[in-house]
Amino acid sequence: MLTLIVRRLMHAIVVLWVVSVLVFAATEVLPGDVAIAIMGQNATPEALEAIRDRLGLHRPAPVRYVEWLGGLITGDLGISLANSLPGLEMKVSELIAERIDDTVRLAGLAALVSVPLSVLLGLIAAMTAGSRIDRTIQGATLCSLSVPEYFVAAILVMILAVQLRWFPVISSFRTGQTFWQMVPAMVLPVVTLTISVMAHMTRMTRAAVLNVLASPYIEMAILKGVGRSRIILLHALPNALAPIFNVIALNLAYMISGVVIVETVFNFPGMANLMVGAVSVRDIPLVQACAMIFCTAYVGLNLTADLLSIVVNPRLRHPR
Amino acid sequence: MTIDAQVPSPVRVDKSRGSGFQTAAWIAFTVLLFWMLVALFAPLIAPYGQGELLSDDSFALAGDVGLLGGDYLGRDILTRVVYGAQMTLGLAAIITVIGFAVGIALGFLAAVSGGIVDTVLSRSIDAVMAFPSIMLALIVIASLGTSLEVLVLTIAAIEATRVFRVSRALAMDIGVMDFVEVARARGEGLWWIMRREIFPNATGPLAAEVGIRFTYAILFISALSFLGLGVQPPNADWGSMVRENLQGLLFGSFAPLIPAAAIATVTFSINLIVDWFLHKSNRDISDEILQ
Repeated sequence: MLTLIVRRLMHAIVVLWVVSVLVFAATEVLPGDVAIAIMGQNATPEALEAIRDRLGLHRPAPVRYVEWLGGLITGDLGISLANSLPGLEMKVSELIAERIDDTVRLAGLAALVSVPLSVLLGLIAAMTAGSRIDRTIQGATLCSLSVPEYFVAAILVMILAVQLRWFPVISSFRTGQTFWQMVPAMVLPVVTLTISVMAHMTRMTRAAVLNVLASPYIEMAILKGVGRSRIILLHALPNALAPIFNVIALNLAYMISGVVIVETVFNFPGMANLMVGAVSVRDIPLVQACAMIFCTAYVGLNLTADLLSIVVNPRLRHPR
Repeated sequence: MTIDAQVPSPVRVDKSRGSGFQTAAWIAFTVLLFWMLVALFAPLIAPYGQGELLSDDSFALAGDVGLLGGDYLGRDILTRVVYGAQMTLGLAAIITVIGFAVGIALGFLAAVSGGIVDTVLSRSIDAVMAFPSIMLALIVIASLGTSLEVLVLTIAAIEATRVFRVSRALAMDIGVMDFVEVARARGEGLWWIMRREIFPNATGPLAAEVGIRFTYAILFISALSFLGLGVQPPNADWGSMVRENLQGLLFGSFAPLIPAAAIATVTFSINLIVDWFLHKSNRDISDEILQ
């Protein structure tokens, strides 16, 4: 098991390295000059030279990659192009530090609500497979799979914020607010995100449990007269845990795209919102830094899923 | 839904879902056909021009301006939903075609030739798939800017990686069968084996995949347009229409809900059809076994 874990860790490191190369290369190798991209087609040659100097574009790409990677690891993420004024440089790390807490809080709360709820719903659906309850859950999840996040958000805003005035339409926070003062502004984004990730988690949990229920040893248990709930909880669940952990981590990783949309809908002051803004003004250093943070979270979640499924898999606990 | 999502196919055959399911699939087909006709004949159906200003007011009520009301600039929403169908569904169709052409070709090639070709292709696809796809799209758009070409090629490339996985796995299964061995022994070339031996046997599973990928393309384009990074104004597109009219919610206008609902009807219909198709083909197989 230990070798498996070590191998999986090495794999994650390699993946992260590949991601960093691609994130760096995407802005290098692709046609188009970063300096022109920043200044626009009409920039004077002098202005272009100045910005190339400032970004160090005259030096070879591999050298800049190593510097960039070194900066990334030590937390020096460079200088934001769009947020800097002449003489006053805005550090990317400061911009991100202001925003990252809210994004983590949003995603964390959505995970806290959606994970137990969808595992429960998935279990119920699997236990009652084929019944009316199961079909209702299946229909509802298919519905929510087909609907974009902003549609869910728009309906929630329409009913809960505009008609009933329970929650603010736009999430804005002031500094120095306590957690409980932030709650009203957090509710709608968290609910939207929860709905958008729950469908997959529920469906995949159901599929994982049904898969285990189809195996011969469950049939054996049924034949020798073990009770239904005992079969599900004691016989099936331990073996379904690994796929369920996988499902959870996978869907938390999917949440990254959900976060991007949800933060935009509610104008939520988080990191995804910062990144989308940076993309539209082509603030390359900021985009690269945000992309690396999101990708690291993604790789980390996938890694956690694999490690957990190694740990809970009874067959892998003892070395052969 | 999240746009990274992959719908796990229901493998179990439960016979409980019978005629009701088929009726639902027929309704879904009708809805889909309706939107396809709307997209094809958009200029004939739309009552006004796509950028025509009909009123000075934002979010005019339904009836005052057009059948569905006006948008934030006073343009007819019905007209823009019709043109949006053309843009969104048209782009999604182009993306799906490119994605499948590239994905299937590379996937079959990797499976049939094996060895170093397979390793190189599979590892490069793995590298691309290590990204959440929205991040990949954001990085490319940040460095290339927004244009329809960039939009189509980026999403098609992301689709191709998913299609590659599926078609490689299919071709691996088919490739070990006797008739492929025979073709190889006859001395047929790679292209012939891919086209005449493997492709005809992979069409079933690939057809279901087309539905899933087409839905994904629609949701991806509209998500990017919703972020303001996809289709640019004044072109109408369902995602950007939601974005433009979002503040209408404050005035109780349904303007942003209409294009969002249009997306939902299309994607829901396709998901239903895919479910029905998989269910049907599973049942066919189990019937064969029973006989």
